[in-house]
Amino acid sequence: MPVIEAKDLNLTFQTNDGPVHALKDVNLAIEKGEFVSFIGPSGCGKTTFLRCIAALETPTGGSLTVNGMSPDDARKARSYGYVFQAAGLYPWRTIAGNIKLPLEIMGYSRAEMDQRVEKVLDLVDLGGFGKKFPWQLSGGMQQRASIARALAFDAEILLMDEPFGALDEIVRDKLNEELLKLWKRTEKTIGFVTHSIPEAVYLSTKIVVMSPRPGRITDVIDSTLPRDERPLEIRDSAEFLAIAHRVREGLRAGHAYDE
Amino acid sequence: MKSVLPILTVLAAIVVIWYGAAVGLNSKWTYDQAARAGQDVSFSQLVTDTMTQERPVLPAPHQVAKGLWEGVAGQKITSKRSLVYHGGVTFSATMAGFVLGAVAGILLAVGIVHNRAMDMSVMPWAIASQTIPILAIAPMVIVVLASLGIKGLLPKAIIAAYLSFFPILVGMVKGLRAPDGMQLDLLRTYNASGSETFWKLRLPSSMPYFFASLKVGIAAALVGTIVAELPAGATQGLGARLLSGSYYGQTIQIWAALFAAAALAAVLVIVVGAIEKVVLRKMGMAR
Ligand SMILES: Nc1ncnc2c1ncn2[C@@H]1O[C@H](COP(=O)(O)OP(=O)(O)O)[C@@H](O)[C@H]1O
Ligand SMILES: [Mg+2]
Repeated sequence: MPVIEAKDLNLTFQTNDGPVHALKDVNLAIEKGEFVSFIGPSGCGKTTFLRCIAALETPTGGSLTVNGMSPDDARKARSYGYVFQAAGLYPWRTIAGNIKLPLEIMGYSRAEMDQRVEKVLDLVDLGGFGKKFPWQLSGGMQQRASIARALAFDAEILLMDEPFGALDEIVRDKLNEELLKLWKRTEKTIGFVTHSIPEAVYLSTKIVVMSPRPGRITDVIDSTLPRDERPLEIRDSAEFLAIAHRVREGLRAGHAYDE
Repeated sequence: MKSVLPILTVLAAIVVIWYGAAVGLNSKWTYDQAARAGQDVSFSQLVTDTMTQERPVLPAPHQVAKGLWEGVAGQKITSKRSLVYHGGVTFSATMAGFVLGAVAGILLAVGIVHNRAMDMSVMPWAIASQTIPILAIAPMVIVVLASLGIKGLLPKAIIAAYLSFFPILVGMVKGLRAPDGMQLDLLRTYNASGSETFWKLRLPSSMPYFFASLKVGIAAALVGTIVAELPAGATQGLGARLLSGSYYGQTIQIWAALFAAAALAAVLVIVVGAIEKVVLRKMGMAR
């Protein structure tokens, strides 16, 4: 059974300028342990789809299930870790305090919290930074801390909305590499929104290409790259370039439809 | 140190202008006196006389300073002529009113942020309450409460609270609403309850707004207390001191009381500012 399954999913926002069709007839199944990237120009509904999965937005048509439940039940079962584009750390809490935030709400014991904080800080390579305040860390480190926060509790699904969008290329490469390692170690199902074709191809087992007005899926590509071993150099391989080419074609096709 | 020079420059300018104004405004009395005695007034006589009158229209700075000094240090602090005594009376009512106003403002703000009906209904009334001139209500409140046998600190504190709750209410509503959609969404993904959202996100987020509004609120409480001390019958407090000064034409006493009130306000605001610094630093919000 797929972890996330959308059938004929539709979402129309009623705005002052009339209805906006953010998602039209979206069909998608995501299996457990997959790394799925959503790519497409802005306004194509990537964020909206991720928010639907996390029950932050309510679809206006079709069906969406998460672990066989409604998204809202899955939210109440705390099935998601959500990473936003901005780290959104609380300035009045230390890094460790920020990571404890979900744990406090979910009622973990103090000892368990400390142990988990330690573990996830190591996981995102921030060991020893627990006592620092967010402003003492660089943007990339803050974003890693926010990922640690999403990993601290045992959500099976990690939803990331352009988490590295505001970071420079070099930091981004490093974080991509780390994210892959982390995904392998934790075996989570990841939904990842990005603007970048290389990022999508490098990270994903499945690439969902979307296009705007109305927001819809134009192509779903199952990656042929090896799942376990992906050094950064793989981005120069013929196989990688072939997938990137297909993503680009998909994006272009979506555009042609537009004109 | 850099900031001291501009402040001293402005202060010096004020003192110079003040002396000039004192000579100008007080000269009429000097000329009248001289005319009555059939004398001429030289410029140096004019200057010395206008600065040493007993009941000048505008007392010169050194006269006010002297009045202030005598009021603060020249009396036993239990004396009816002591500004420390009157200041203490005003201070205690101010603090009582401020605490009352702060509690009311915070509770109303929490209600407004969490309850739609309160959001729609409370704010218009709160705004309306501030458009009524306090000078008009203060005597009524004092008289009504006095007829019920309530005198002394409480009526003054109520008027102080009436003025101070509003800035705190407005500041806290803004502060409690400071968290953006993303931060609220994050807590939603944790399935956090309303009270968890309040204690962990809204309240800490509101702290900078809270302290900013406390500074305005405590100054407003002082104004409210002094206004409440003005109506007939009051014999204690800086407000009463202002009023009795104006009854007897004791302009120096009025100005001394005014400066005492200003100094008290400054001290209160500075203390709140110091607490703000400590708290925000402890919270890691001040760099
Ligand atoms: N809350 C909302 N109200 C109205 N329109 C919205 C809202 N959220 C998103 N939209 C619109 O839906 C479309 C898809 O937005 P979004 O999912 O944010 O796109 P993406 O993340 O791919 O850039 C856009 O046209 C956007 O303006
Ligand atoms: Mg987006």
